[in-house]
Amino acid sequence: MQWLDLTYLQAIILSVIVASTPLLLAASGELVVERAGVLNLGVEGMMIMGAVCAFAGAELTGSTLVGTAAGILAGVAMAAIFALLTLGLAVNQVATGLALTIFGLGLSGLIGAGFVGQRITPAPQLDLPVLTDLPFIGKILFGQDAFVYGSIVLVIGIWWFLYRTRPGLVLRAIGDNHGSAHALGYPVLSLRTGAVLFGGACAGLAGAYLSLAYTPFFIAGMTAGRGWIALALVVFASWRPARLVIGAYLFGGVTILQLHAQGAGLDIPPQLMTALPYLATIVVLVAISRTRGVAGSAAPASLGLAFVPDR
Amino acid sequence: MRLVLEPRAERSTAAAIASPLIAVGLTLLVMSILFGFLGKDPLNALAVYFLQPLTDSYSLQEMVVKATPLVMIGIGLALCYLANVWNIGAEGQFVIGAVAGSYLAVKTQGTDAGTWVLPAMLVLGALGGALYALIPAICRVRFGASEILVSLMLVYVADLVLDYLVRGPWRDPHGYNFPTTADFDPVATVPSIIEGSRLHIGALMALVVVAAAWTVLGRTIKGFEIRVVGAAPKAARFAGFDADRLVLFTFAVSGALAGLAGIIEVAGPVGHLQPGISPGYGFTAIIVAFLGRLNPIGILIAGLFLALTFIGGEQAQISLKVPLDLTKVFQGILLFFVLACDSLILYRVRLIRTRKAADAVA
Repeated sequence: MQWLDLTYLQAIILSVIVASTPLLLAASGELVVERAGVLNLGVEGMMIMGAVCAFAGAELTGSTLVGTAAGILAGVAMAAIFALLTLGLAVNQVATGLALTIFGLGLSGLIGAGFVGQRITPAPQLDLPVLTDLPFIGKILFGQDAFVYGSIVLVIGIWWFLYRTRPGLVLRAIGDNHGSAHALGYPVLSLRTGAVLFGGACAGLAGAYLSLAYTPFFIAGMTAGRGWIALALVVFASWRPARLVIGAYLFGGVTILQLHAQGAGLDIPPQLMTALPYLATIVVLVAISRTRGVAGSAAPASLGLAFVPDR
Repeated sequence: MRLVLEPRAERSTAAAIASPLIAVGLTLLVMSILFGFLGKDPLNALAVYFLQPLTDSYSLQEMVVKATPLVMIGIGLALCYLANVWNIGAEGQFVIGAVAGSYLAVKTQGTDAGTWVLPAMLVLGALGGALYALIPAICRVRFGASEILVSLMLVYVADLVLDYLVRGPWRDPHGYNFPTTADFDPVATVPSIIEGSRLHIGALMALVVVAAAWTVLGRTIKGFEIRVVGAAPKAARFAGFDADRLVLFTFAVSGALAGLAGIIEVAGPVGHLQPGISPGYGFTAIIVAFLGRLNPIGILIAGLFLALTFIGGEQAQISLKVPLDLTKVFQGILLFFVLACDSLILYRVRLIRTRKAADAVA
């Protein structure tokens, strides 16, 4: 029985962690954005721009750190365009998010054309003398790259910010009722801008992870819908950070499951297995929305609505 | 320093017509800067992109061929967006329509089927697209799931269905293992308008769709209902309009149009079913809908213009050696400017230098 083999099980768990991390990174950022009442559908575009800029940075300087910084900056720059349009000019958020994705997919192809086919050294993994060598759990707990640990720290940080700090409370208030928050004197648009830029940084980081650690190379369209799945994960998590971790790892698991099932030579069309994460997203969206009832009471009440302050 | 928006007291028709033109102008400006960065002479590059295709008859025909799916899909999407319903999965409905219609073409291959095949294929294509679009619509009205995410996820699924069929059961046995069906029989092919030309009767059908949409939106209760539900949901409820039914209706119509465009594309210009039948028509049609200001006549013009960018992009790739992705960049920037300019119709934008007290963190 191959499944009982510990090294095989360890390999599966390791690959699940790797597949889940980009989803978790991108979804954490979007969670903060949506808690502030903004729906940025451009995650896919910010992510792919993060991926290509991170790869370009790492390839040109030979440094993973510079690459990561470039990826984050690219995500922030993309988010800034979104913020200018939706917050500065009160443009429809759904349409702007779509534009951001189309733009990002195109521009990343343009930038990445010169980098396709090149390889870099992947991001280094933690290697502690005794701990990493522990049987089974050693490699899982103490042998990851910085992105994986970073994603967990990020979620804890977001939880602490949203539920344990005053700005976090204000941010949630703005997301639930921007009119009242504005009347109380809270800076709705400034805080939202901050949240959107933070979301861009997270999406850029997620993209950087894809091209610096996950693969490590760049091909056009390599995000393959992960940005959209991250958006669905936020709904799955009912806009709560802790549930986001469960959701991201569940989806990472589905991705890996289909890869292993294809490898095991089961008599199922490979296309059906590849479609599994997308189908799972739909099933999960339906199930989660259904239990909450129509209109989704867990969603921030002002989500996706433009805000133009009265003067 | 920050931006302040002041609602305009009245909206002028002139501004509504000027706004897409300003958006196109600004996009061209950004594009010429981009060409400069790529080391190309901006004016020459713009000429290759946007003027050269207009000078020869082959490119002009090709422009109409490419505008046909864009206009058809764009009209359907406009109905959705007017009703504030977000179908962004037209690309998937296009593919499923192509698959559903191709079923007949593949099954009647080589038999002596009559002229009924093509009309039946078109009906099947529209039906396939409509049913596929109803999945996100039902998920939304029945379970409250986001139609945006569900319709988008189904795009990936549709591509995989197509991939499975042309690599598996429908593959041409004499096709040297290429993932494609055999070329459709003449009775399963959309006829040309003029013998030997690429122009096919799909273009005429797109015109009919434009006229029909113009009539429905401007002259019927249904069109009124769509606009009221989108613009004033509360008023629509008082008027007794059923928003849920309208979600199903707009999704079904836009899916049917996307599916019809899909089957026309494979039974016309492509001639067989294969992966990659669409260079992103379903997504570009979103831009077409907005650039056309969700107005059928506007969409017709916007569809032709965006078709031009596809052809210009191909020509620029050959003669200027610029990547094909430049077309997507152009389309993305165009949508940014279109949306931004639309906002300028509703609001007056003012820059204020001093920070207001109310803006300081309390």
